[in-house]
Amino acid sequence: MKRMLIGLAAILLLAPVFATAGAPKPNVIIENPGQCIAPTAEMRVNHMKMLNHSRDRTLRQGIRGEKASLNGCIECHASKTTGSVLGKDGFCESCHTYAAVKVDCWQCHQPKAGYKHAEAAGVKP
Amino acid sequence: MKKPQDLLDNKPRRNFVGAAAIAGAGLGTLALAPGLHLIQVSEANTPSQGASGKVRWGMLIDSTKCASGCDVCVKACNTENGINETLKDARQGSQWIRKIDLKNPKTGQEHSLPMLCQHCAHPPCVDVCPTGASMKRADGIVLVDRHTCIGCRYCMLACPYKARSLVHLPLTNQNPEVPRGQGCVESCTFCVQRVDKGLKPACVEACPDGAMLFGDLNDPASEIAQRIAKEKTTQVRGDLKLNLGVRYQGI
Repeated sequence: MKRMLIGLAAILLLAPVFATAGAPKPNVIIENPGQCIAPTAEMRVNHMKMLNHSRDRTLRQGIRGEKASLNGCIECHASKTTGSVLGKDGFCESCHTYAAVKVDCWQCHQPKAGYKHAEAAGVKP
Repeated sequence: MKKPQDLLDNKPRRNFVGAAAIAGAGLGTLALAPGLHLIQVSEANTPSQGASGKVRWGMLIDSTKCASGCDVCVKACNTENGINETLKDARQGSQWIRKIDLKNPKTGQEHSLPMLCQHCAHPPCVDVCPTGASMKRADGIVLVDRHTCIGCRYCMLACPYKARSLVHLPLTNQNPEVPRGQGCVESCTFCVQRVDKGLKPACVEACPDGAMLFGDLNDPASEIAQRIAKEKTTQVRGDLKLNLGVRYQGI
């Protein structure tokens, strides 16, 4: 019990320190600046809305080649060192970790750019 | 501590909207930001029309040409759709297309055929899906919307053709055009990512015996429609009256 109280007191004392320090800002690396489909402010606020709408049109109505596409994001924003939008300094993960917003995209979608489809396809025997 | 809006190190959006409106009114090139021109975006991406209700994609499989023991179509499917995971229990593996060998015990006649999602016009999987994830496109292709699939597997029970599988393990190395992952049900998509580009499904293209034919059942000029009009074809479990997109010959 005593230990718990000490722990609680420590947390209460340290709380203002954490609050003022704040989490370190993400190191967002933009590989191809100025090439985005919309201005940064617009993209920051609305990228998921754009993606959600276009994904439904693509999957359910078969409309391909929309302005906003996850593969389009990845091809442009994947890190030139790791080839991925994930990882500590990855374009998606760095910011989403900072904002504590979980993204489930990568359970199904490929986070790496430059997938060699011709190699993998191999449809001809 | 910095306020959240300080992190958006740019002007308020109102300024941006005003600037964009001025740019749009004054300039033909629509410069939205330094280095960004709407004209580039619009030229680069012209969305396609999407699936048409006038088309009904279908497949005709000639079982008399299909060689027993050949699984080129299965391999092509797995490669195209990135089905390469190995599971402890092989029965849990995803199976979009499988080869079946049949034998008539009375006559001894044997034949082989690939079995895949039959892309029903009245799909039971769509009927039973509690979330609306199981769906049929306007052009007759039956798909699973993984964004809404909860992995309940009602559709797997409802399907008379055992065409669907559940992904049991976390996946990596997906084909970017074929996203697939743990906890979702999946099945043959007629290689929708290829069909939308005007290509044939991977299995049809790979078949070395020419036993598989893909085309538009609604177009009287298409080879598949002409053959179905002239030759005898069978729908598997035709008694269910599901109006299948996949037809067989020689069974």
